[in-house]
Amino acid sequence: MPGSTTSVLRKITLTALAAASMLAAGLGAASAETLKVVAHSALRVLDPMMAGAYIIRNHAYMIFDTLLATDAEGNIRPQMADWTVSDDRLTYVFTLRGGLKWHDGQPVTAEDCVASLKRWGAKDAAGQVLMANTESLTALDDRRIELKLKAPNDFVLAAIGKPSSFVPFMMPKRLAEVPVNQPIKEMVGSGPFKFDQAAFNPGVLVAYDRNEDYVPRDEPPSGLAGGKVAKVDRVEWVTMPDPQTAVNALVSGEVDYVESVPVDLLPIVENNEDVVVDLLDPGYQITAVFNTLHPPFDDPKKRRAALAAFSQKDVMDALIGDPRYYKLCGAMFGCGNPLETDVGSEIVMKADPEASKAMLAEAGYRNETVVIPHPTDLVLLRAPGIVGADALKKGGFNVDLQSKDWQTVLGQIASRETPDKGGWNMLITLLGVPDMANPIINERLNAKGTNGGAMGWLGDPKLEEMRAAFAASASADEQKKLAEEIQAYAYEQAVYAPLGQFFRVTAWSSSIDGIVRAPVTLFWNIEKKQ
Amino acid sequence: MLTYIALRVGSALPVAVLVALIVFLLVRLTPGDPAAILAGENASPEQLEAIRLSLGLDQPLHRQMIDWAGGILGGDFGTSIISQVPVVTMIGQRLEPTLSLTLITFCLTILFAIPLGVLAAWKHGTAIDRGVMVFSIIGFSVPVFVLGYTLIQIFSIRLGILPVQGYRPVGEGLGPFLYRMVLPALTLTLAFTALIARMTRTSMLSVLGEDYIRTARAKGAAEPRVLFRHALKNAFVPIVTILGNSFALLIGGVVVTETVFNLPGIGRLTVEAILARDYPVIQGVVLLMSFVYLGINLLVDIAYVVIDPRIRY
Repeated sequence: MPGSTTSVLRKITLTALAAASMLAAGLGAASAETLKVVAHSALRVLDPMMAGAYIIRNHAYMIFDTLLATDAEGNIRPQMADWTVSDDRLTYVFTLRGGLKWHDGQPVTAEDCVASLKRWGAKDAAGQVLMANTESLTALDDRRIELKLKAPNDFVLAAIGKPSSFVPFMMPKRLAEVPVNQPIKEMVGSGPFKFDQAAFNPGVLVAYDRNEDYVPRDEPPSGLAGGKVAKVDRVEWVTMPDPQTAVNALVSGEVDYVESVPVDLLPIVENNEDVVVDLLDPGYQITAVFNTLHPPFDDPKKRRAALAAFSQKDVMDALIGDPRYYKLCGAMFGCGNPLETDVGSEIVMKADPEASKAMLAEAGYRNETVVIPHPTDLVLLRAPGIVGADALKKGGFNVDLQSKDWQTVLGQIASRETPDKGGWNMLITLLGVPDMANPIINERLNAKGTNGGAMGWLGDPKLEEMRAAFAASASADEQKKLAEEIQAYAYEQAVYAPLGQFFRVTAWSSSIDGIVRAPVTLFWNIEKKQ
Repeated sequence: MLTYIALRVGSALPVAVLVALIVFLLVRLTPGDPAAILAGENASPEQLEAIRLSLGLDQPLHRQMIDWAGGILGGDFGTSIISQVPVVTMIGQRLEPTLSLTLITFCLTILFAIPLGVLAAWKHGTAIDRGVMVFSIIGFSVPVFVLGYTLIQIFSIRLGILPVQGYRPVGEGLGPFLYRMVLPALTLTLAFTALIARMTRTSMLSVLGEDYIRTARAKGAAEPRVLFRHALKNAFVPIVTILGNSFALLIGGVVVTETVFNLPGIGRLTVEAILARDYPVIQGVVLLMSFVYLGINLLVDIAYVVIDPRIRY
């Protein structure tokens, strides 16, 4: 009946209009005070001492604070605490500044900081060196921490103020007393943001709210030092496994910041006037690490032959392609870092397969297989593994490139078995430039062997003596000289092979301001322009 | 019929447990160590062992299995090794996006695919039939991510009328929820419609040649009645089977779509857990999927009886 039809049509129209208005109501972008970020990786582990992954470190910088911090010029500056040093350089006293509180409202005390330093010192390489030289570490009162050394050195501040993994973050004593191989259960810090536990969806979303009780320093931000002023109400890290989706989301305004843009997707954003593209952190080096327990790389001459075979340019071209975003760099302490030097690096800067073959013949190489675990699910390690293996083959090595997922690779490189029983000979992996800044924190130079050594278990007492001398050195000039000597020796012994340095490209909306340049991705000082 | 259902439900539990136990063994026998991913690449054997100890991974396999099974019986599916979040919480967080996408896609697929398949069969040999077949071939040949990116490029980047990515729970508003589900649902609907339409056409063609169809037409029945009341009803059994499989696949296996559109669903959770050797999460998801498949199979079997009364159990 016409009346019924009209009535039905009217209902349909009204419903459609209602639906349209509901859609429109939901279309609005997030609040102007929420910063939406696509981080370079998914965050699942929250305890900054459980694993050294940069995503965990970056998360920790949001909610935890540090006693000291490194500024943009590489100087160590006070952060939570200032310090005094005794004339004999044996006693350091750190004094907490006033007004510091944990996110649960309790005041930060020296006892909390002592426990935090001890927990960090149990795990971190630089922390272990520091603790080995520490006579005592105690709280003098609520605000003063005393560190007494066994022997004087100037390494204390560099260790406690180090910017990257593992960072000595301060946490309440009850958390810091959790054994370092067990995760802490609460994310309670004293930093400029608070962790939103309810919103945490591992691998999907992590959110931080501004800490209204945080008392920032008065100075402007500089690197990881200075005033940490949270200028947005909330920061949300959204995991987007697909970089294409992340870039599309940035272009369409659905997110404000993409921490890591693959080079092949840069053309989408480089000429977009609503997007800013820049290099914010010093990047990474690809490194070839040798297992020195088994032939052929138990022999430094054969390791040097491998160095001669590698081509940094081939690795970087395969990985990055665009020379604007990589640098051929033989500096074991990182190009751009204060201790940068090219001493001894000639052998690794250009491939010479004939020289490699000659060196192998002279060293009595018996065609031993070089087993290389190759992680295919990590984009940054996929191409370097293939190119590195090919270079070794051209250099006369017998190579077995074993492709598998990163989890399996981790299990394999932890094994000390011979390669034919599940072990390995060489791994091509990467190292962050902040984590190679000096001979102590550069784990590739750890030569303690099977007793406290790093991946590859290089045992070299002379190198360890040189590192200890560096830790005990009294001046910057002396450190520079020792660093050069260490690098020269490390190349002579072919401790590992730097295979090029590349940079991470970051992109953000032109509607945000206040990006702080630092070796770590930071979100304080960032504000949304009105 | 009720007895049959009761027996099937009763037999589902041991089957699901058996599947879960098999997976329990398989993941632990696979190379890889979750302690290694926590400890990092420079971990010493002592550090690895300490982490394994703290996570209970140093226990003998049978002990771990008993502990896990005992926990399941008490409703405790364990805690993620990597994130320390209860498995039930993690699955719960990921279930809504997956169920939402599944239900919307499933409904749209049935809405479009079955009429298309019937149409193609009815107009067998004509341009319409060929058109549906071409659509079908393209639909299930084109990779889902290509389809997804194409739709994003058109509707999100060029036209700017739909979002690139993301999920908003229904509880935060029906409008924002549907707004973000349009493109992922459309992507999957196109792919599944292609498949189901083709199946429907094939099944209909096998029925349309039957004597009772000719009889129905000879008796003067209208063509829609012949197609839907007589033909489709008899052709529906294999279609229901493929619909059931499709539903199960949507629930557990659309990780590519979830990745392209950044939907935090069960597919992504499963892949992430496998890559991280997050045993409790893998086991929890597998157990869940076992029950899903068992439930769907049971519903399909019941549907057979409803559709075709000749089928008896």
